Amino acid sequence: MFGKLTWSAIPLDQPIPLAASGLAMLAGLAVLGLITWKGLWPYLWKEWITSVDHKRIGVMYVVLALVMLLRGFVDALMMRTQLAIAAGGAQGYLPPEHYDQIFSAHGTIMIFFVAMTFMVGLMNFAVPLQLGIRDVAFPVLNSVSFWLTAAGVLLVNLSLVVGEFARTGWLAYPPLSEIAYSPGVGVDYYLWSLQISGVGSLLSGINLTTTILKLRAPGMGYMRMPVFCWTALASNLLIIAAFPILTATFAMLLLDRYLGFHFFTNELGGNAMMYINLIWAWGHPEVYILILPAFGVFSEVIATFSQKPVFGYRSMVLATMAICVLSFMVWLHHFFTMGAGADVNGFFGVTTMIIAVPTGVKIFNWLFTLYGGQIRFGVPLYWALGFMVTFVVGGMTGVLLAIPPVDFVTHNSLFLVAHFHNVIIGGVLFGAFAGYTYWFPKAFGFRLHEGLGKAIFWCWFVGFYLAFMPLYALGLVGATRRMQHYPETEWQPLMIVALIGALVIAAGIVLAVVQLVVSIRQRDATRDETGDPWNGRTLEWSVPSPPPAWNFAILPEVEGRDAFWARKQGGRKHPGEPPPIAPIEMPENSMVGVVIAFFAVMLGFALVWHIGWMAASGLGGIVASGLARAWTTATTAEISTAELGEGSHRKGAPA
Amino acid sequence: MEEQDAAPQGRAPGRHRDGSRSVKTYLIGLGLAAILTLASFWAAQSGLVYGPAVPILLAALAVGQMGVHLVFFLHISSGPEDTNNILALAFGVFVVGLVVFGSMLIMANLNANMMPTPASMQMQP
Amino acid sequence: MIAAVASGTPGEEDAGDIPLSQRGPASTEIVARFGFWLFLLSDIVIFAALFAAYAVLAKETAGGPSGAQLFDRTYTLIETACLLASSFTCGMMSLAVERRQGLAIYLWAGITFALGLAFVLMEFFEFLGMVAQGAGPTHSAFLSAFFTLVGTHGLHVTVGLCWLAVMAAQVATLGLRPMVMRRLLCFGLFWHALDIVWIGVFTIVYLGAG
Repeated sequence: MFGKLTWSAIPLDQPIPLAASGLAMLAGLAVLGLITWKGLWPYLWKEWITSVDHKRIGVMYVVLALVMLLRGFVDALMMRTQLAIAAGGAQGYLPPEHYDQIFSAHGTIMIFFVAMTFMVGLMNFAVPLQLGIRDVAFPVLNSVSFWLTAAGVLLVNLSLVVGEFARTGWLAYPPLSEIAYSPGVGVDYYLWSLQISGVGSLLSGINLTTTILKLRAPGMGYMRMPVFCWTALASNLLIIAAFPILTATFAMLLLDRYLGFHFFTNELGGNAMMYINLIWAWGHPEVYILILPAFGVFSEVIATFSQKPVFGYRSMVLATMAICVLSFMVWLHHFFTMGAGADVNGFFGVTTMIIAVPTGVKIFNWLFTLYGGQIRFGVPLYWALGFMVTFVVGGMTGVLLAIPPVDFVTHNSLFLVAHFHNVIIGGVLFGAFAGYTYWFPKAFGFRLHEGLGKAIFWCWFVGFYLAFMPLYALGLVGATRRMQHYPETEWQPLMIVALIGALVIAAGIVLAVVQLVVSIRQRDATRDETGDPWNGRTLEWSVPSPPPAWNFAILPEVEGRDAFWARKQGGRKHPGEPPPIAPIEMPENSMVGVVIAFFAVMLGFALVWHIGWMAASGLGGIVASGLARAWTTATTAEISTAELGEGSHRKGAPA
Repeated sequence: MEEQDAAPQGRAPGRHRDGSRSVKTYLIGLGLAAILTLASFWAAQSGLVYGPAVPILLAALAVGQMGVHLVFFLHISSGPEDTNNILALAFGVFVVGLVVFGSMLIMANLNANMMPTPASMQMQP
Repeated sequence: MIAAVASGTPGEEDAGDIPLSQRGPASTEIVARFGFWLFLLSDIVIFAALFAAYAVLAKETAGGPSGAQLFDRTYTLIETACLLASSFTCGMMSLAVERRQGLAIYLWAGITFALGLAFVLMEFFEFLGMVAQGAGPTHSAFLSAFFTLVGTHGLHVTVGLCWLAVMAAQVATLGLRPMVMRRLLCFGLFWHALDIVWIGVFTIVYLGAG
């Protein structure tokens, strides 16, 4: 009846997981209870859960990412604490089988459900506004994508309460992840949650690519698009081309685990190295999927806060597209030590160094954008400057690791751990926070607290260096990643410094929550009446904050780069005779996204626990929802001119 | 349909243009595809083709047939409106090529390097 | 500078000398089909990964039967003929859809369905036969890769058949409204794309197994 699922799946015998899952469940119940008590369900259902508005969906992605950041960061703190005490003979407080789950969950959550989700959220929110259009190409599909991501998140978190998570690291290398060595449900949770959210990512990639290539305001030629739209295009092209590889690779591992196939097993001709090869053919483009939108955010922020057009726009676009192509040609550098010959290793080492060139071009472009600009030190610019320093350090250690002989020494050491945290925190996360602070007033109509914003930045910046510079040093003296304890007591001081760094970052995270609360309470003081709080350059700042559901009652006519800036400089606040507003069609809300996600969770959970009837009903539910949608004919509603006038009349003069 | 062809920001694949919207196109496509398929099976089967050349011939025939399908069934053309579709296709082909040939190269190289050599066999206890 | 123009109706007539990329949002149909085109490309990349796995593992028979011992090329040729013919009839269906010839749509859809079903059934019996010979997918890495690659293509054709049946029902109940027309034309793209994958399959798997 319930497959492999029994009462023993609930970790009653392990105090730490039990407490963690209990706390998570209590927090979840408290939120749900609060919503019920306040009677917010109808509002949430109508305005958010079934919304197909790209701005709302973007905001929900970011909220999801922030919540998962808390979860992933708790894992990080536990690991740092463990390593600060588990020196010499001490074993720390986390037994190996639990510690293994924590680092696997930390990596999986931070990459897939924090970095990726955050970036997709920012792109969803900003790209249609910057392109001067009303929504993405497929608004309902957008909602489905978001809810599938949320379904993956829910499955990962379910593993905390019911069962266990993978103990295999964030990429679940076989043969360890094969059924022979990981007979538990942890790897299955990992695989199914990522398969489900991966479908969401792929659909969202198709959606945004189509939007950027086929739906731009009149006059918005390719070379007039904001840099963020270019980086979003590159990132989503990479999603389309790379995520199918992940899906196929996971499918093969699933066939091995469920049906006894022999793709990656040790027996009967299987080849585990093929998995590592394929997963990195996805994995390397994935890091550019994450970092390219961050590059775009920094381009927007630096241009806006220097009050200058971005320097070398064409070279910026060229560098972005070069990275897009080159990112598919370097994947072997993740497994230099697997046994390839010097020729193959050398080739991929060289391509890896080549990809640093367009990145370097971008760094110089940003520097020259700042040079001679009228710089205002807003919080987003803090993040951008912090990024430029930190990312260059991370990039250089990356070039170092690209040299195969060096990689043989540092492979799988804490040096590597420090390197990728250096680029992902210093690049993606700083970019996420820059974008969050930059577009927050556009989304909600008031700014975030400035002082606290700076405090958050300093906590992250200082905390990052404290936490990860020691790991570089420890990696060079031989500390490996994923170790649960170590005999060398001389490593302990640096491990403690790293823990202090993590605690400083924790202060930054707490302050981010405080900032949100304070900003909401003081929103009347920081209200953005103009729609243009930063003296912006691109079209999203030409509409009120928050924008009406339809963004633009009349699509703007674009005549050059930095369209809004040009309009402000031209002094044409109200272009002559306003043209007659015509009624427009907007897509209706749809519950198909959340319903499909519900059945997807059911399907995933059932497959993890081998519950046949439940899997069948989950699949049947997904198909039925799809069919119901296929026969829905009234998918749009007309917005009358009166409503359009009401929503858009706050369109004030630019600041 | 005509105004679709001149529509903003290009065409989408599969949309027939005046010249190709006919039974004739599909018949030509079917004929060419059938000939190429039969040629492939013949080349693999007959033994008349010089052995080492067979894989190359098969690859050429397969690529040719894929092209026939793209042009006559999927109606991809080189017109300016098709730029996006062609570029997307080119990117897709590039990635497919990298994944397939890259994997084969890498794995062949690994296999060659990881094979036990006489020297490494002697190190075994 | 931003001047405002009436939205939603980017004039096609006076668009003469404006570059294509600056003519404003494309029509719903173009957007839908371009999106589907991208989806097909991503699907092809899934097959690329499976092809790569097959290419790497094809020699790993683990003492079991090899491709040359298992495959019957005449059988494959008949399968190929079914699929190729169904691609042609699918094209005829697309033409009937464009010309709004109701009966012809059902006729060509029916023939396409029959040919597709014949293909899937032939593949199914081929698989059954192999399993009966003790050459099932769990027997060796080669067989795992073979069943996965060819089976995934077969699964796509099966999904295509279901989709075709749904579309016939949609034409019957909803008529040839733009929404249904778009989906029918997307179906055409899907069906033709499966042919292209099959060219790879029969060349590499069936003919390549020397």
